[in-house]
Amino acid sequence: MAFFLEVLIGGLLTGVLYSLVALGFVLIFKASGVFNFAQGAMVLMAGLALVQLFEPTYIGLWHFVGVGALSAAVVGLLVLRTVRGGTFAAAKGDWRIHLPKIVAVGAGLLGGVLALAGGAKGWPLWLAIPAAIAVMVAVAWVVERWVLRPLVNQEGIILFMATLGVTFFIDGFSQTLFGSNVYPLNIGLSKDPMFLLEGVFEGGILVNKLDISGGVIAGVLVAGLAVFFQKTRIGRALRAVADDHAAAQSVGIPLNWIWFIVWSVAGVVALVAAIVWGSKLGIQFSLTFLALKALPVLILGGFTSVPGAIVGGLLIGAGEKVAEVYFPVVTKFLTGTAMPGGVEYWFAYVLALLFLLFRPQGLFGERIIERV
Amino acid sequence: MFYREAGQFKTSYGRDMAVFPIAQDRIAIGLIVAIAFLAVPFMATEYFLSSIMVPTLILALAAIGLNILVGYCGQVSLGSGAFMAIGAYAAYNFAIRVPELPLLVTILLGGVVSAMVGIAFGIPSLRIKGFYLAVATLAAQFFFDWLFLRVGWFTNYTPSGSVNAPQLNVFGWIVNTPTEKYLFVLGVVCVLAVLAKNLVRGHVGRQWMAIRDMDIAAEIIGIRPMYAKLTAFAVSSFFVGVAGSLWAFVHLGSWEPLAFNIDRSFQLLFAVIIGGLGSIAGCFMGAAFMWILPIFLDIALPPLGELVGWKMDKATVSHFGFMIFGALIVFFLIVEPHGLARLWSIMKEKLRLWPFPY
Repeated sequence: MAFFLEVLIGGLLTGVLYSLVALGFVLIFKASGVFNFAQGAMVLMAGLALVQLFEPTYIGLWHFVGVGALSAAVVGLLVLRTVRGGTFAAAKGDWRIHLPKIVAVGAGLLGGVLALAGGAKGWPLWLAIPAAIAVMVAVAWVVERWVLRPLVNQEGIILFMATLGVTFFIDGFSQTLFGSNVYPLNIGLSKDPMFLLEGVFEGGILVNKLDISGGVIAGVLVAGLAVFFQKTRIGRALRAVADDHAAAQSVGIPLNWIWFIVWSVAGVVALVAAIVWGSKLGIQFSLTFLALKALPVLILGGFTSVPGAIVGGLLIGAGEKVAEVYFPVVTKFLTGTAMPGGVEYWFAYVLALLFLLFRPQGLFGERIIERV
Repeated sequence: MFYREAGQFKTSYGRDMAVFPIAQDRIAIGLIVAIAFLAVPFMATEYFLSSIMVPTLILALAAIGLNILVGYCGQVSLGSGAFMAIGAYAAYNFAIRVPELPLLVTILLGGVVSAMVGIAFGIPSLRIKGFYLAVATLAAQFFFDWLFLRVGWFTNYTPSGSVNAPQLNVFGWIVNTPTEKYLFVLGVVCVLAVLAKNLVRGHVGRQWMAIRDMDIAAEIIGIRPMYAKLTAFAVSSFFVGVAGSLWAFVHLGSWEPLAFNIDRSFQLLFAVIIGGLGSIAGCFMGAAFMWILPIFLDIALPPLGELVGWKMDKATVSHFGFMIFGALIVFFLIVEPHGLARLWSIMKEKLRLWPFPY
């Protein structure tokens, strides 16, 4: 019993981490109807940026200057937009029409000079994390401007293939820029094992502290997202866009800005996922395969549901660990020969497939209504 | 000027429904096939035949199979790599367990087994649609990857998991050299491509297209969705399975399950989309693009890097190749979401009017 609980809890905690990746998918799918395969690549990019800024092993001074300039420009532009509002329209010839360029160049120069002064040594965490976020925001801007906007109104499959192209691009780009080895990330999350419920079972249940902190971080993130979606102005706009693009646009919600925001938020979620997974496994290329693990979580929970992503992640995480341990035992009991292990590899998908046969829209997905 | 259909009258239904109604098209396609069969084997080098032509043709065949499912029937599948694997391993098992069977029969049986599995994995399509279905087909991909890797029976208990194709003996003709392999593959692909073209023009093909355009409306006008969708899955998996067995037997020779992993599925889907959804000719263009571009990048990037004084190591070249590849895919999707086949038909339209614009 204690062993079963140990497997189950380990699975649940891994499941939380799957949900972290699935969350990014759900956010983007809700707001823009894009099935974003690049989420895994975004995890890799965010992770590489963070680990290299924090403990540089691959990058040199000019990387720091570049990232510093980029971050400062992003911050400058965001501040400008907040101060001035999104709808500011200057007359032609008015110097203020060039204000964004001036701010971007000025802030970029300032950031670059500061980074140059700091030299080629790692940044403290309070600087490295916002800088990594700024990198992800820049990625969101590029994707919105150069991929989504030209492809607006295309069919879902075309957009999906475009995000596959983006995946290739980000994979190549981030590894060219930040290196392609395995980089251990150590930001102070304890990795020690600990024992739960020692009074109930002999020896207690072994869990890893890192998984627990991962769970806590995921919980905080989900709570934060919930507040963001329910209570803020932008969150309301996001929900409106998710409901109906055309209607949202007709009441004056700027779709392009919303898409930019939601890709940025997905970038932040990717960074959090990268922090937790990176502390566990190190930042490496295999993080991109997390996208493939998040897919069954998504169809189980429903593409459009944030709670679905969480519950789906827990179910898949727990289910696949239990299956991994007990599949050979059960098949031996049933057929006399033990089937080989490694069931983890496909279990989530087959579980999701069987589930879909009974409930095609997933656990929490909106009911699919079709009209001719 | 020379591409005019003036004076070519269609006097029967048969003429009207021909695959190539315009005489110039018939001549052009005849020329292309003649060149492919008669000229290419003598002009091309062995490297060109064995590492460009053969894989491109086989990929094109697999892309035709996937296009039947995605482009004609509208059911998105990310599991085509698995169906290639099923074709390959089924053919392998027939070949070593029933060695009396002729090679062609073995390869076709690989396709048949793949078709049967395709029907089984097509059943969910009756309930689920769109991206849910796409992700569900990944179940096939991962399940069969695992099955061929872990269950020893399928690989005849070879310790390394890597298996070798038997000697290629087509009714007494031993296919050995790159030229022979090329001719064999070309023959099979030509026959199957004609078959596919006629299937999609026929009764069953029109049912698939009706389902693709709107399944509920198709059901109301009397098309049975179960029959239409499952035949699409079966025919598609048959083509993909045959392509898989050719890939394993003729192109690779010896292979392991990794040869058919999820990257293969994505590669095929890209070939279909870049070539053009719902176009048989597009499959050839898409497959050529997907196969030749990475090879070209691998060869072309290091000299280009040296031009600007940048020595690239192997990893950087592959990462840079990724970047350019991804950017090109996005570029193609933006410029022409309907693929190379659409570009080709636009060109033909222009050619009919040339040199006068109206």
